[in-house]
Amino acid sequence: MNFNATLFGQLLAFVFFVWFTMQYVWPYILEALEEREKEISDGLEAASRGKRELDEAHQKKAEILEEAKKEAADLVNQANARANQLVEDAKSTAHEEAERIKVSAQSDLDQAAKRTKEELRSEVAALAVAGAEKILGSEIDKDKNSQIIDQIAQEL
Amino acid sequence: MASKELNSTDYIEHHLTNLTYGKCPDGTWSFAEVHGKSQVAGTEASCNISEMGFWAFQVDTLFMSFLLGMGMIFFMRRVAKNASSSKPGRIQNAVEYLVTLVRDQVQDNFTADKNPLMGPLALTIFVWVFLMNLMDLIPIDLVPWIANGFAAPNAEGGAIHYFKVLPVADINAPMGMALGVLILIHYYSIKNKGLGGFLAELTFQPYGKWMAPINVIFEIPGFYAKQLALGLRLYGNLFAGEMIFILIALFFGGFFSSITGVLAGVAGLALNFIWAVFHILVVILQAFLFMVLTLVYLQQAHEHH
Repeated sequence: MNFNATLFGQLLAFVFFVWFTMQYVWPYILEALEEREKEISDGLEAASRGKRELDEAHQKKAEILEEAKKEAADLVNQANARANQLVEDAKSTAHEEAERIKVSAQSDLDQAAKRTKEELRSEVAALAVAGAEKILGSEIDKDKNSQIIDQIAQEL
Repeated sequence: MASKELNSTDYIEHHLTNLTYGKCPDGTWSFAEVHGKSQVAGTEASCNISEMGFWAFQVDTLFMSFLLGMGMIFFMRRVAKNASSSKPGRIQNAVEYLVTLVRDQVQDNFTADKNPLMGPLALTIFVWVFLMNLMDLIPIDLVPWIANGFAAPNAEGGAIHYFKVLPVADINAPMGMALGVLILIHYYSIKNKGLGGFLAELTFQPYGKWMAPINVIFEIPGFYAKQLALGLRLYGNLFAGEMIFILIALFFGGFFSSITGVLAGVAGLALNFIWAVFHILVVILQAFLFMVLTLVYLQQAHEHH
């Protein structure tokens, strides 16, 4: 155990090795290490982000499906309602039409009856006058008796 | 095998002697002389290690630590150059594990503003110290045997007679590193707190400025003891571990000579295995501790009190 110049030889070697490691070894290895660590953490993050996005997509899909179902049901309901409405409308239109036709037919009928009555009445009046002429053998003064004739015709 | 039998004391001493190249009092540079002959065959040695004083280099320590350090940075550089974030290979994975471990330690222990030095410093300390500590697990006589030209250390001829493979069992290696940390602590303390603030921290705490002399007595030794202990802890642990291996190795001395020698050798093998397994812990723990404590001390150098 004797101290001598070896001490400084060792010190110099030490300095040289530390310098070399600092210059040519440490940064390169650390760089590769840190790069890989970054890659891994980025990858993990991307994976978790992908998973989250997938979950969101699933949720969104379910929502859209639900909405579509609801919309379809609405549409069907609406269509049903509309169909019913159409049927109802058609029914009532038909009803009205029938009524109208009935009414107009009735009025035609009434009118025809009335006209026929009128004709009959005037014919009866003429017949009555002709009958009375024949019975009386003379002409009845139309102007004199027209009031009576009209009265009779009215009563018919 | 051997020209003369080594006794236990010689064996231990041999394993504790560094291959030293230094300046002798007469002004010449040479390998040291041990027991009357040069540490390296074919060279002239003019003095022994203690006569060299300060101007001596433990060649084996420097060689091993530099070799391991170079291996470390070449290996790491190769990985760093081919580092890809998408397709890491097996080796890159292993190195990345290491870097992650060091980075987490830096983040846990060094909470001051980002300092780009801390990561590389901690990584270098951890890996380098770990590799140096690991040398303790190499069979204790293997490398000296190779260094001596595949001959027993006391054989005639041979090549390098002394070679300690474990750099951290030489006080200079851990203390050299601790010295580097000490310099960094002073640099960052003064940079972040100013010279006045740094000195104030050592003099005005814990009892306020009127008790400055007492504060200094408390603070200065504490401040330097922890930095000194940083190196001594590593040295002490590994030196002790090495010592145990040397002692266990003594069991093998008579392996080929007698039946008791064989029994002792078998016991030695078992002991060696147990101690090696246990020592793996020490090897890693001490490297880790050196790194974490460095970070903690540097964090303290960044903190304002």
